Amino acid sequence: MARNPVTWLGSPTFPKAAHKALADTQLRQNLRKATGTIRARRAAAVAEMTDWEMLRVAGEQIKDDVLARLDTLLVQLEESVTARGGVVHWARDAEEANRIVLDLCRAQNAAEVVKVKSMATAEIGLNEALEAGGVHAIETDLAELIVQLGDDRPSHILVPAIHRNRSEIREIFQRRMGVEVSDEPADLAEAARVYLREKFLTTKVAISGANFAVADTGSIVVLESEGNGRMCLTLPETLITVMGIEKLVPTWQDLEVFLQLLPRSSTAERMNPYTSVWTGVTPGDGPQQFHLVLIDNGRTQTLEDSIGRQALRCIRCSACLNVCPVYERTGGQSYGSVYPGPIGAILTPQLVGDMHDKQAASLPFASSLCGACFEVCPVRIDIPSVLTHLRAEVVEAKGRTAESVAMSAAAWIFASASRYEKAQKAGSLARFLAKDGKITSLPWPGSKWTSSRDVPAPPQESFRTWWRKNRG
Amino acid sequence: MASAREEILARIKAARVPPAAPVVRGYNRQGPSSVELFAERVADYRAIVHTVSGVPEFLTSLRGKRIVAPADVPAEWLVDGVTWLHEPLSIEELDQADGVLTGCAVAIADTGTIVLDGGEAQGRRALTLLPDYHLCVVRADQIAGSVPEALARLEPTRPLTFISGPSATSDIELNRVEGVHGPRTLEVLIVT
Repeated sequence: MARNPVTWLGSPTFPKAAHKALADTQLRQNLRKATGTIRARRAAAVAEMTDWEMLRVAGEQIKDDVLARLDTLLVQLEESVTARGGVVHWARDAEEANRIVLDLCRAQNAAEVVKVKSMATAEIGLNEALEAGGVHAIETDLAELIVQLGDDRPSHILVPAIHRNRSEIREIFQRRMGVEVSDEPADLAEAARVYLREKFLTTKVAISGANFAVADTGSIVVLESEGNGRMCLTLPETLITVMGIEKLVPTWQDLEVFLQLLPRSSTAERMNPYTSVWTGVTPGDGPQQFHLVLIDNGRTQTLEDSIGRQALRCIRCSACLNVCPVYERTGGQSYGSVYPGPIGAILTPQLVGDMHDKQAASLPFASSLCGACFEVCPVRIDIPSVLTHLRAEVVEAKGRTAESVAMSAAAWIFASASRYEKAQKAGSLARFLAKDGKITSLPWPGSKWTSSRDVPAPPQESFRTWWRKNRG
Repeated sequence: MASAREEILARIKAARVPPAAPVVRGYNRQGPSSVELFAERVADYRAIVHTVSGVPEFLTSLRGKRIVAPADVPAEWLVDGVTWLHEPLSIEELDQADGVLTGCAVAIADTGTIVLDGGEAQGRRALTLLPDYHLCVVRADQIAGSVPEALARLEPTRPLTFISGPSATSDIELNRVEGVHGPRTLEVLIVT
């Protein structure tokens, strides 16, 4: 079977990539600023809702129900879409999906297609596959356009160019669009408007993803902000939508939950500027040919894992990225996948499905297990639990290693109060190794731990010793 | 060899996911459908909002402009002094118009959203997309309090567009900037 393009070929393991990213002070500054802004705004948007927890619980339950009845609901969706004039295609993996889309473009003699931002198409490497087949895909979402024009890779689920600040974006636009533009966000947005206008008005084929598909009506839902989505979904003659098989909701009513959860979690808005809903083909309004491509690409193997399958509840809001202390420091590209951050750390290795793949297997360790991701997740994915579950699978696949030996030793020490205390006293010797109150290298087997993170220097007196002396 | 469809469906069955618990809808289904709240929330997203008792009096501000209007808008909206553009209109003609005047299907007070469904006084989707200015008339009785109430009033198989403020982006440093591809000015006229 061909390799799953959800991870980028040749990417280093997470610790290696993170090591490099941490040295990039500009990147850290850009990320700190952007994630700091959105964190505060999301908290305010959520605080307005007195029923937020009930919405999260309902979101979780609806998605769990989808996973439990996935085969029935997919067949129902297929029937509803077909009944309204759409054509449904199925693809086992990226290669198959890309071939279906390329054939559809060729059938329309399309040399160029416009695209609405879509994680599914990024996951399967559709743009590259189309290019190889002689079809040029134009990304129309502002952040995707920045990534495409900068010959760059995405680093965030919602804002793929989050690692770029305004002056870097200005530089890319000036170089690739050949225009003079200031670094004011409003001017940069205007430049994108002018650059893409002609493409929107003349291109005959559009490709989109889907935020939701309603099984009982066949309606497809896309949320966006800029109006590039509306352009692609309305003006071309042919629309091809690519979606993961888990993006379903059973009924129209279920959308009332997600249309509240997603905008507030994602862009911290009560509602995003534009949401489009269409069902098959509407005579006289919008594309008169509609194709829906359903992709598996590792989802059914993820579904088999009773703990890991909750990752398939994800609605791609990216709230977990914005609160993650690891993501904020390493940036998204360190994860070597279109799905970075906490959700990427559990979704990517499961989609790859090979715990012997060193890069994918390093991702479940890209976390401090602080739990902030679980707290903000609108569909209550218990990311820390899935991380530890996947770590165990990785360790099992690897057999016994220095780190697993160190971990078993740690477990033995933590299991007994007296052993723990003795170990702490022994550990206070480690102060001699500390620089700036941090230990940057421990002797083996501790070196397996400090090779990718610093250990705070233990205090000269442990809390237990201090307690006994002062309060005991 | 089995088709992709058969294989995917077989793999799903083989995963044997146990049935899920029934969905508990403990969240608020209703909200205050007040004109004031709707006006406040629409304005929050930098749309221009007016509360009026009659439409034609307000439309004199459009004089001298070329404005698209769906064929079935109330005749009294088509005031003198405006060049009204009616279907059939090409993409280029829509692109060159100064603006578009429509009604709506439903509005949502809680989120400051208007929803178009291609029904009365709304036309096809391209009409409200290409002109740079959109004037939308909302009747007070069209305002639903909450998202659940609004969805219950809509027919999902119609082509729907939910609009909350003018087009915007958060793609540069995660700060919201108004005005990208969709209409850069959204003006909402609430008729009480």
